[in-house]
Amino acid sequence: MAENQQVASIRPRPLSPHLTIYRWPVTMATSITHRITGIGLSFGAVALAWWLIAIASGPEAYQDFCAFASSWFGEIVLLGLTWSLAFHLLNGVRHLAWDMGFGFAVPTADATSWLVIVFSVLLACAAFALAHAGYGGFNR
Amino acid sequence: MSLETPLHRVQGLGAAHSGVRHFWRQRVSAAALLPLSIWFFWAAFGLIGASEVQALTFLTVSPLGIPLNAILMGIFVVILLYHMVLGLQVIIDDYIHSEGGKISLMLLVRAFALALGASSLFALLRIAGPV
Repeated sequence: MAENQQVASIRPRPLSPHLTIYRWPVTMATSITHRITGIGLSFGAVALAWWLIAIASGPEAYQDFCAFASSWFGEIVLLGLTWSLAFHLLNGVRHLAWDMGFGFAVPTADATSWLVIVFSVLLACAAFALAHAGYGGFNR
Repeated sequence: MSLETPLHRVQGLGAAHSGVRHFWRQRVSAAALLPLSIWFFWAAFGLIGASEVQALTFLTVSPLGIPLNAILMGIFVVILLYHMVLGLQVIIDDYIHSEGGKISLMLLVRAFALALGASSLFALLRIAGPV
């Protein structure tokens, strides 16, 4: 008996299956994306701080921020942040609904996953399309 | 049959040693960020291409006679960073297995949040504070 226990403790313990062997349900994709967009939005907080500091520091600093924000790289970053916030916000509503006990049925969870994906992309693209069409800005 | 010791049950802290505090704080901050994020979307969209004066005006002038948008921005930044610390902690708890790595990363995250929060609020005070 003692010998068997010894063997059992040496044998590698079973681990939960890793990502690579799953057929990806859409709910898994939204769950992972929620985390990734959360990390991404941490960098959004840096951009927001930069914007506020730029306004506080005067015209030159503000111009530097605007030059970055309107460069092609800046626009990609801002598009990513816009979509990340839209996704994290919409998917956050799903999480809060779950916490209150709603929407756990698999078809419901799948449907809300797709809703979040589609609407977050639509929202971010619409915001950028409208901005490029000249609809952004209160005072222009 | 419960495997919990009486002390463990009475403390109510569970396997994570912190009870449900973290869970609740993350949910409450998330709920607060729902309306604030919608406000932020509206504000950011409205400030596309804004001059510095327009951005200053947006933050400092409101019909109420107080710098309403600067105040909302301050609240938004603070709750956002609070929610960020809680969220990043979950990720660190999940993926960093050594206690030392966990603690150092959490300290780093908190220092990051503190630096961002302090500089954002300082900027807002310079923009809209009593001169």
